Amino acid sequence: MKKINKNARSGFLNYGIVTAAFAAIQILLLVQKQVRVTLVSNTLQSLLVPACCYIVMAVSLNLTVGVLGELSLGHAGFMSLGAFSGIVASFLLADAVPFVPLRLALSMVVGAVFGALGGVIVGVPVLRLQGDYLAIVTLAFGQIIKNIIMVLYVGVDGKGFHVALSSDRFNLEPDGTAIIKGPMGAVGVQKLASFTAGFVLILITLLVVQNLVNSRSGRAIMALRDNRIAAESVGINTTKYKLMAFVTSAALAGAAGALFGLNYSSTVAAKFDFNTSILVLVFVVLGGLGSIRGSIIAAALLYVLPELLRQFDIAEYRMLIYAVVLILVMLATNNDRLKALVGRVIPGRKGAAANG
Amino acid sequence: MKKKNLAALLLAGALCFGLLAGCSNGGGGNGGENSGAVTIKVGGIGPTTGDNAQYGTATEWGAEIAVEEINALNGPVKFDFKYEDDTGVADTAVAAYNSLKDWAKDAPLVIYGCTTTGPCVTVSAETYNDRYFQLTPSASSPEVVAGKDNVFQMCFTDPYLGTAGAEYLKNNGLGTKYGIIYNNGDSYSTGIAEAFIAKTKELGMDLVATQTYPDDKNTDYTVQLNACKDAGADVVFLPIYYTPASLILAQAKQMSYAPLFIGGDGMDGMLDMDGFDKSLAEGLLLMTPFSAGAEDERTKSFVEKYQEAHNILPNQFAADGYDCMYAIYEACCEIEGLADMDSAALCDALAAKFGSGTFKVDGLTGKGMTWKDTGEIDKSPLIFKVENGAYVDAQ
Repeated sequence: MKKINKNARSGFLNYGIVTAAFAAIQILLLVQKQVRVTLVSNTLQSLLVPACCYIVMAVSLNLTVGVLGELSLGHAGFMSLGAFSGIVASFLLADAVPFVPLRLALSMVVGAVFGALGGVIVGVPVLRLQGDYLAIVTLAFGQIIKNIIMVLYVGVDGKGFHVALSSDRFNLEPDGTAIIKGPMGAVGVQKLASFTAGFVLILITLLVVQNLVNSRSGRAIMALRDNRIAAESVGINTTKYKLMAFVTSAALAGAAGALFGLNYSSTVAAKFDFNTSILVLVFVVLGGLGSIRGSIIAAALLYVLPELLRQFDIAEYRMLIYAVVLILVMLATNNDRLKALVGRVIPGRKGAAANG
Repeated sequence: MKKKNLAALLLAGALCFGLLAGCSNGGGGNGGENSGAVTIKVGGIGPTTGDNAQYGTATEWGAEIAVEEINALNGPVKFDFKYEDDTGVADTAVAAYNSLKDWAKDAPLVIYGCTTTGPCVTVSAETYNDRYFQLTPSASSPEVVAGKDNVFQMCFTDPYLGTAGAEYLKNNGLGTKYGIIYNNGDSYSTGIAEAFIAKTKELGMDLVATQTYPDDKNTDYTVQLNACKDAGADVVFLPIYYTPASLILAQAKQMSYAPLFIGGDGMDGMLDMDGFDKSLAEGLLLMTPFSAGAEDERTKSFVEKYQEAHNILPNQFAADGYDCMYAIYEACCEIEGLADMDSAALCDALAAKFGSGTFKVDGLTGKGMTWKDTGEIDKSPLIFKVENGAYVDAQ
């Protein structure tokens, strides 16, 4: 009973941290408008929406990697599905839904649906297996999605909706608009994303993930992670619960992708490659497997860090310093002495230090 | 084990601080002695790390040489130059662009870049809204300038090169059956290829093989080459970058297939690749606006300075970068009331100047270059042939 209370408390703290950070930045932006002093630089402002996307990506991947215990190396593939389906949806809805926040929300829902579809396609055959198959298949899935979207042409004209996999089969009327143009990606996207939308998406993600983890299904998922045979022996349907976690994770990544895609005037498929998947995995691992709060903080800090390093005169070395910081965080979070030290300073963390 | 961890932590920390301390006095503007001169901030964006680093560093170094020369002229305009890395990725490029805005604060800022097309399309939408003048050395897609009055290109657009290539082959009676191998995952390559294919149809040229590959990291092109060979193509058009092109040349030789190969400006730089057998490129035709072997005084001096500073021959990207600086400089010199302008006013003034059609610039990549009001450049490509490991004019 006490354990559940603690989980709930920890969950509320996460909402609190995110809301406080959002409120603080909004207040700073307001003050900045009134008194012309730079409090939040242009650089930081431009990073707010993508940082929100990466936080959602990290939290959702943590559901697969930390809570379910399966390795996914193609999370960016779901993001890509969400980004491009979201962009197409926002294009098609432009006339029907002139109200921007609603159109953005609908586009993100479409992104989530496509992400979930991808999750089902990958998950249904693969999650029946044991071992590292999910890692291998998601790795391939990410590549396949990237290569397909690179040659994908999507457009609308008077005759309707056109989809083709090569430019010579893409016969758009002269009055039509191409939304996705093969290797050029999606161009001329109307930027709908806002920091508030990112904040709301993070809250929804937290709501979904934390309630899932703390539910009966969540306990079944964690039981599968800890010992599959024991879990099966008490009658837990392995595939169902694995699929539940994985598809939820993919859907949230799709929504994050849609928000990301609608934050830039153009997006190319090559952006969502293996490196992006690994970047999100790094956020999850450094934030701590299974720790939602860790994912939020790691994603926010590590996404913003290399850009903020530009401000110093060490710009040429910023990627090197970024790498050194990653190694330092990795070492620091695995250092027993440091953990003991943290345990001494914050008494509540003693237990964590002991079994760390 | 614990001690080792702690020691590693300390060492890594020390390394980090060493870096911070060692480099903190680098960079910074170099001020101007000529107090009457107006200082314009020029912020460059391009990949100096990652897969496309060679192109970003070339545009950075080329521009640096021009900025040094311009500031030494003691003319009415001086440049304060800063270059930001975008790793060739669009969202990083937007962050880089915003950090340049932070750097300039209220001083007039001109954006020089981006080097690669994808980031440039994204950033140009931002500069269009924020009203900064933007001149790109090498982002060649028409999307970069489409619908934006503030963005201009120093390089050819992709369709232009494709069309020019087909016309050159036709006019010079080269080949009877044509093949093309291009990267359909790359907008530069696809852009040229689509225009080339369309032009061959229009001119009634016999295009027998259209082959694609998805990624410049490919190492095996025998399938594509065999398809061209089986179809009997005696001219193969390669609108691709030099790294895959060098492999194609080597693999064609291995299968003793020797058609006439012709490439675009992305081929420039192949002869300077480490360990590249120059005999493979013998007879290769390429369309590029710049040759480091040119004999005129300005190119010679540029090549000399570039080699002295960086120990390699400058390629077309570096030359485009150099020309960009001079184009901005000459346009600024002709603008009246420059001293009182902010970025937005400067943007409008420069855009009007570049788009006027009468503003002409002589550079390394062309004489009397002008711009259309759409932002595309008007200059003609030079066609070179590789003979004895050097470029020879094949116009």
